[in-house]
Amino acid sequence: MAEQDWKTNKRVFAAVSLPTLLWTILFFAIPMAIVWVYSFGQNAGLNEIDISGTLDNYKRATEWLYLGIFGKSFAVAALVTLICLIVGFPVAMAITFASEKWRPWLLLGIMLPFWTNLLVRTYALMIILGQQGYANKGLEALWGGASWIKTLIGLQPLPTWEPAQLLFNNFAVVFGLVYVHLPFMVLPLYAALDRLDRSLVEASLDLGAGHFRTIMRIVVPLAAPGIVAGVMITLIPALGAYLTPDLMGGTDSQMIANVIERQFKKANDWPFGAALSFILIYAMFILIALQSMRRKVPELH
Amino acid sequence: MTDAPKKPIIQIQNVTKRFGKVAAVDNVSLDILAGEFFVLLGPSGCGKTTLLRMIAGFELPTEGTILIDGQDMAGIPPNKRPVNMVFQSYAVFPHMSVADNVAYGLKIAGVRGGEVKDRVAEALELVKLGGFEDRMPDQMSGGQRQRVALARSLIMRPKVLLLDEPLSALDAKLRAQMQFELADLQDQVGITFVTVTHDQDEALSMASRIAVINKGDVSQLATPSDLYEYPANRFVADFVGSVNIFEGKLTLDEPDKAAVDCAGLGKVYLNHGVTGPHGADVWVALRPEKIYLHVPGEGKAVRAAAQDAPEGYNFARGKIKGMSYLGDITLFEIELESGARIRVSRPNLSRHDQEDFTWDDKVSMHWRADSPVVLLS
Repeated sequence: MAEQDWKTNKRVFAAVSLPTLLWTILFFAIPMAIVWVYSFGQNAGLNEIDISGTLDNYKRATEWLYLGIFGKSFAVAALVTLICLIVGFPVAMAITFASEKWRPWLLLGIMLPFWTNLLVRTYALMIILGQQGYANKGLEALWGGASWIKTLIGLQPLPTWEPAQLLFNNFAVVFGLVYVHLPFMVLPLYAALDRLDRSLVEASLDLGAGHFRTIMRIVVPLAAPGIVAGVMITLIPALGAYLTPDLMGGTDSQMIANVIERQFKKANDWPFGAALSFILIYAMFILIALQSMRRKVPELH
Repeated sequence: MTDAPKKPIIQIQNVTKRFGKVAAVDNVSLDILAGEFFVLLGPSGCGKTTLLRMIAGFELPTEGTILIDGQDMAGIPPNKRPVNMVFQSYAVFPHMSVADNVAYGLKIAGVRGGEVKDRVAEALELVKLGGFEDRMPDQMSGGQRQRVALARSLIMRPKVLLLDEPLSALDAKLRAQMQFELADLQDQVGITFVTVTHDQDEALSMASRIAVINKGDVSQLATPSDLYEYPANRFVADFVGSVNIFEGKLTLDEPDKAAVDCAGLGKVYLNHGVTGPHGADVWVALRPEKIYLHVPGEGKAVRAAAQDAPEGYNFARGKIKGMSYLGDITLFEIELESGARIRVSRPNLSRHDQEDFTWDDKVSMHWRADSPVVLLS
């Protein structure tokens, strides 16, 4: 019973939890509460905010312009999550079924980006995707090769290569977000697949199912909790993504976080920015609530 | 055996499986006959499961050939082999009902509609799970889940059913019951069963033939009673059942009799030849239940009645150093005059038999001339 003592000994419990609790209250709950209060106020001068209890900020947030940006942010985040899932699932499977010798190295490969600053990674990606970047150079080489083959078989060569616009558009934002968020998807998927009893896969093969059918009917359903976790852990940060659309997006690819940033900085409209922030937070709450409800369902039968 | 010679359904020919440098299965050749209940018996890590998994197709032999029903299995994946496997963990799909589990293979094979339902009901009836169609696996006991796994494999009507340690996860009572049920089931469906186990009781009670595997090699292949009564070597004698083994020298070897002089046990007489070189180092194996125990006084009379060896042979004296009462039998550990120890079991034929002897009693022992087994390796 010794390991339960800390639960019964209230003083120990308090001593252990107090610093964390204080930290959370001081640096999370209170600032959030201030922002929440701001969202019911209005600007009364350059540095003054009048907390009048108005709902105008929320009303303004439901204007079509902002709803459109919210909608687009959701669409981009959903697309990013879907691509991460499609790309990440085979990666997670490969790591799970890799030999003992290779697995730690493959996992390291997935984790490595976490140890590099996001800004550095984003700029690195921009260098690759730029007009003179390696992506364009590679495409140019392919183009040249295709052109050469065409002349070889007596056809007209292809027109001169025009560098493709791979940056500062919606493609760049989605690409960049997938690049940043892929590890978030792969790790929970790997955790779920690693727990999967291998003999279930073998039993399916033994009963005549091929590999594809085994994946669709045994592996995917049993990895569902990991898939849900991966989707949430990818979708939520992707929804609030700020840096990637800011650096890699064009004028038409701003996401809601960029709009919020503008309210706090350029527009100096803190109350409206606060309202937008809280709408985003509420949306995330709803997503998390949906997920936890879903998790309870299978236990009911 | 009055049956007509059966044809082999599985032929394992010079099969070796290496994991790195270690040979898990080392040049094994054996035939498994159609319709038999074949058991691969051996300690953990002896390669028996690897052998089973090679038959199923989950492991590929490094060398050698496996034929199922005359067809070479090289390059044929598990899902195309005419065998099905019951896994040690049962591997019942946790997200599917019992009916969906059992129907899984049939649906993949393209069977549709009413036939699926009929065959699922039939298979569940066979394993005594009729009416459990809508249960989920997590609502079932281990024994029931195993029956689901059995039904799921049997519904495929495989040529061979492979069972990996089928009873290891069950409690003792259920295990004894399932031993009989599995044997019955095999009789009923007529499918060849190949079972892997490390439990000799399980093997002896269910098998028609047993291959004892040791360090990747077949130590002996025999019927259960031959394996027990005529073990081929010390490993088999020791692994199957309980046994006393004494080292000795062969002093007499004729077609109808033989004698071994054991430093530990004394002079041992056998009423058959052993075809070993005279003076060779051999081992004598003597099962605890084949030794008669009596108090020194009455020993002579008992011996006179049952003795079939010359005077001075197949007889030993000692002192009881340990006793364990097991209900049906009492197990004695006796220190012989030579200082060696021997185990003797004695059936408790009447309610008070266990009171006949106690610690430190001086006792004498004798055994029949057909009881000891002489082992050359």
